[in-house]
Amino acid sequence: MTTETLPPVAPAPAPAHSRGNRKQARRNTLIGWTFILPNFLGFLAFTLIPVTAAFALSFMEWTSFTAPRWVGLENFQRMFQSDTFWVALRNTVVYALGHVPLTMALALVLALLLNRKLKGIGFFRVAIFFPYITSLVAVAVVWNMLFSPDNGPINQFLNVIGIAETPGWTSSSDWAMPAVIITSVWRDMGYYMILYLAGLQAIPTELYEAAEVDGASPWQRFWNVTIPSLRPTTFFVVVMLTVSSFKVFDLIVVMTNGGPGRATTVLSQLIYQEGIGEGKFGYSSAISLVLFVIVLTVTVLQFKIQQRRER
Amino acid sequence: MTNMAEDLKAEAPFAGEGLAPAPEDRRRTQRDSPRERKKRTSDAVIYGVLVVLVAALMVPFIWMVSSSLKENNQVLTVPIQWIPTEFVWSNYTDIWTRIPMMGYLQNSLYLAVIITCLQVLTGSLAAYGFSKVRFPGRDVLFLAYIGTIAVPWQAYMVPQYIMMQNLGLTNSFNALILLQAFGAFGVFLMRQYYMTIPDELCEAARIDGLSEYGIWARVILPLSKPALASLALLTFVNTWNDYMGPFIYLTSNRLWTVQLGLRSFVGQFDAEYAMIMTGSVISVIPILVIFLVGQRYFIQGIATSGMKG
Repeated sequence: MTTETLPPVAPAPAPAHSRGNRKQARRNTLIGWTFILPNFLGFLAFTLIPVTAAFALSFMEWTSFTAPRWVGLENFQRMFQSDTFWVALRNTVVYALGHVPLTMALALVLALLLNRKLKGIGFFRVAIFFPYITSLVAVAVVWNMLFSPDNGPINQFLNVIGIAETPGWTSSSDWAMPAVIITSVWRDMGYYMILYLAGLQAIPTELYEAAEVDGASPWQRFWNVTIPSLRPTTFFVVVMLTVSSFKVFDLIVVMTNGGPGRATTVLSQLIYQEGIGEGKFGYSSAISLVLFVIVLTVTVLQFKIQQRRER
Repeated sequence: MTNMAEDLKAEAPFAGEGLAPAPEDRRRTQRDSPRERKKRTSDAVIYGVLVVLVAALMVPFIWMVSSSLKENNQVLTVPIQWIPTEFVWSNYTDIWTRIPMMGYLQNSLYLAVIITCLQVLTGSLAAYGFSKVRFPGRDVLFLAYIGTIAVPWQAYMVPQYIMMQNLGLTNSFNALILLQAFGAFGVFLMRQYYMTIPDELCEAARIDGLSEYGIWARVILPLSKPALASLALLTFVNTWNDYMGPFIYLTSNRLWTVQLGLRSFVGQFDAEYAMIMTGSVISVIPILVIFLVGQRYFIQGIATSGMKG
């Protein structure tokens, strides 16, 4: 009787009453594990254990020269008093604030432009997507030259359109971050365009037809049909973009290496410098815990907002 | 997400959409020609916009190729020379002796091939376990996989590094292979695809007497070719392009990948603009070829998983 009142967990596995069933269940477990095991061993050793260790390490003092020692919140105290930490955190937030809205807006515009049946449209889609899979070093190197303060093509272009005082881009502490953001937007927007295209193509055409019959203008159709129907895609795009912005690392390492000065130093880079560069394992893990908590908070917040909207 | 993949599948890029109007359309054309004419002009406008836009977005590539065929002092000129006055093809022959480019390419290829094979094999096996075999604890375990995808890699790169150091694997390819071949991403992508394959197929094969391994090899694998291709291509490109992994683990020059070699060349000879661009072009060509061959799978893979590795 008691088993009847329990909510059904999963429909398929038959209740293991008879010995045959139990044997079958044990056999299934064994078979299931043999499939998972080759991947799981690697995953356990090189992902799951390090992830867990990172949490523990942030409460320890451990450098390449000393034995690990439990120190509680000391790492965090030191971090919150460190000027470099706050600079890196600020830079990371600035990068995210530039990268997320710009990439999203451009990806949506491109997807709207490319979401039509025209001859050769596939070529345009593929061309816009290609920067995303181009190697980062090549991208950074080319853009660094395009941004070259003297005689760089970008500054020449600015001269032509009448801007005489051209920025110093990667050699100026005010303009290095915008240069990095422009490069990353250029690189990433094709990827998010693909996601938006998929979202646009999932909107039933009947919705547009109905709106047209009701006399809605193209603009009204965009605001009242396209944008609301894209909401799940937009949510996904925002989460992905925010998470990737907070993780930004290689682009900055190759393009500016955090400079000039500390103008483009970001959190991931600080983790690398402190942890692998200087061997302060405990301290760098504390910074990575902060990074993780930020990413997690942003994701959960966006989930909550999305859920409220859906209701 | 799978719906999106279906939709994209229906609309393979490069397919000649709009070549022949559907019969209803043609009927409408005859009745409603001003509207059709209006559509044609708007198409022309869209084409114009697209051509300008794509040309602007391709400037970095155009500039890269053009500069790779110049002398150093011709690269940053006023005004910009889009087409070199004199094509310096020797850049493409000299680079092999200036830096050990061939060695770098071999290292990149070696890593990318091994990691891709291991990832596809272990990923598809595990995905079968997670989607087609029922056993207690399976879903909790899968949650752990998903959970780690959400953790930024930077958050655990230090413990990974300490581990590799203790195993004596730093400065070796093995470190990178171990770290990248068992990613949760591949399992996730393959499982997403396997979930769309009806369980009845496996059930029928079971009744026919196939073992679970037989079902995986002879029923599921042949059915999941598109997903396997997506995963293989995404993994290959990610490994080829990876900078941070090799940057952290590979210290000796003979182990360097193309990305590291190129970066170090830029650091050493930052005024060799033309040669730097030549190296960049060479590092991108393999990706371009792979992309052109398999672009359909890239786009499907992205629409299916919405994630990169």
